[in-house]
Amino acid sequence: MSIWVNAQTRVLVQGITGREGQFHTRQCVAYGTRVVAGVTPGKGGQTMDDIPVFNTVEEAVRATGADCSMIFVPPPFAADAILEAMDAGVRVIVTITEGIPVMDMLKVKNALKGSSSRLIGPNCPGIITPGQCKVGIMPGPIHKPGSVGVVSRSGTLTYEVVHQLTLQGIGQSTCVGIGGDPVNGTNFIDCLRAFQDDPETKAVVMVGEIGGSAEEEAAEFIARNMTKPVVGFVAGLTAPPGRRMGHAGAIISGSSGTAQGKIQAMKQAGITVVENLGELGAVCKEAFASVL
Amino acid sequence: MKIHEYQAKELFQKYGVPIPRGRVAFTVEEAQAAARELGTLPVVIKAQIHAGGRGKGGGVKLAKTAEEVASVAGSILGMTLVTHQTGPEGRLVRKVLVEEGLDIEKELYLSLLPDRSTAKIVFMASEAGGMDIEEVAAKTPEKIVKVYVDPLVGLQPFMARKLAYGLNLAPDIVKLFLPMVHALYRLCLDYDASLVEINPLVITKDRRLLALDAKMNFDDNALFRHKDVLAYRDLDEEDPLEVEASKYNLNYIKMDGNIGNMVNGAGLAMATMDIIKLAGAEPANFLDVGGGASAEMVENGFRIILSDPNVKGVLINIFGGILRCDVLAQGVVEASRKVGVKVPVVIRMEGTNVEQGRKILEESGLNLIVAQDLKDAAHKVAAIAKA
Repeated sequence: MSIWVNAQTRVLVQGITGREGQFHTRQCVAYGTRVVAGVTPGKGGQTMDDIPVFNTVEEAVRATGADCSMIFVPPPFAADAILEAMDAGVRVIVTITEGIPVMDMLKVKNALKGSSSRLIGPNCPGIITPGQCKVGIMPGPIHKPGSVGVVSRSGTLTYEVVHQLTLQGIGQSTCVGIGGDPVNGTNFIDCLRAFQDDPETKAVVMVGEIGGSAEEEAAEFIARNMTKPVVGFVAGLTAPPGRRMGHAGAIISGSSGTAQGKIQAMKQAGITVVENLGELGAVCKEAFASVL
Repeated sequence: MKIHEYQAKELFQKYGVPIPRGRVAFTVEEAQAAARELGTLPVVIKAQIHAGGRGKGGGVKLAKTAEEVASVAGSILGMTLVTHQTGPEGRLVRKVLVEEGLDIEKELYLSLLPDRSTAKIVFMASEAGGMDIEEVAAKTPEKIVKVYVDPLVGLQPFMARKLAYGLNLAPDIVKLFLPMVHALYRLCLDYDASLVEINPLVITKDRRLLALDAKMNFDDNALFRHKDVLAYRDLDEEDPLEVEASKYNLNYIKMDGNIGNMVNGAGLAMATMDIIKLAGAEPANFLDVGGGASAEMVENGFRIILSDPNVKGVLINIFGGILRCDVLAQGVVEASRKVGVKVPVVIRMEGTNVEQGRKILEESGLNLIVAQDLKDAAHKVAAIAKA
């Protein structure tokens, strides 16, 4: 089992004919993902490696039964692409695009409330259920099928975490990158709830960073609702206040959003917090020993 | 992106938000001319830098006579202004805003910004104007009125009224306040502002309502559709190394330590800085070379990091994954030769062909130290810092 994507998931790629779109579509296909369609306005009727390309998401869904979209559309047009996928009733919308304006995301986020779609990202590596389905840009081979759920705001930091787990022999049920933007679709709590409800997931690793209060809210949720063990990490202990640390959402404003505050909230919620990233795999091995 | 007060006030004026009459001046002569043009005394002379707390730091002063205009402007222009936001090194003042002095009856606070947790535009208003709003929020949260606006629905008249009555405004001021709130909302949305703040918003003795101060920050991701805002960018207010890095699309932030570091990905870059600190050393910077980490990026990264004279050693941490480590290692070796790296460099990398990559580094004959994993990398770097 897994959350949100599995071997049956039928994926369409918005922006499939662009450089990034082509490269990562091929990587996903090589991993075993069922990529059934691509969408590039004006290129309908063409193919990309035998994958049919459509002008609109609606056509692509109708013709192929795609239920998940992976978006590589450039930032100025990305919000439109997300709204188009929502309009076509796509179940899971994975937005890789980095650099979407916050105002655009405010509109998308509020529009999502009345829809049945789930948005993952933007500015994220995507979602992977190891051995079954990769919808994103993460390197496939570092993953290993198993029963630890991973949720993270980061990209390469998630790869580091997954790599350490795999080296310890700990496999993953599903890994979700929720993205580094201040306004995103799926949040920590959505993932934690899904992992708690997924019978195959036995434990969870949660990777946060400075900025906002998502980690604090997640900690409160964990204290109240999670029975499965959680190991946490927060990047940015040394980050100076008021500076945007690469990710648009990674900024300490005044005294809020600090790593120290998040770590404290997580510890209070009973989460095992790793302070030195180099030790994460070993700590998980110990913390999850009773459930794996 | 940040802009100056006088620039924010230009945008305010464009949207019909009342501001005091004033002009920006780069020299004492221009300040005198500005005061003459205003035709009123006293005038207020305000240092224009991208940092708050200017008044407390001595960057905002009253001039009651024409002679005082010259002496006050002369004392502020060219001064190094230190505030709680500039750091101890302060900021050189290159321009001042000369404004008419006003008889103030009451100071208020008003701001609006996109709120990340609710995904709405939030207005914050308070009768405790002129104070640090964080302090007000911490000590007397009941003094802050908040209104959340769903951007799909837009600002409704009742929301503006809630703010007005929450501020206990008199009827004549309410009439001035409501259109101002609507104008600020339009301004915030039209320009993709990440913050619009008026502190203080003042009621004058002659019953006017004006933005005495104006602060606007913008969403960097939206600047592609605001060429006019880009023209407001003031490179003098930014760290020269950071400006240089931005030319190469590198995300660099200067810090005070002596261990430079170069990482692909923002989250991993922060975690790497943290590891340096945990190992007993101090990071000299944050540098995200992007997910791809090409040889060219590494070369530019080296140039930027080594321009900082404090740097005694460098840690490169690349989690390649899809990226091939032999290609990356080749890039690091070439870049080190080209740039002439003199300090020791610890490299930790993961990805395809990692063994071949390590071999290339070890056999390069350069001062490149290969680390097996993150912990090992941190130890090796700490040893350099202590040496």
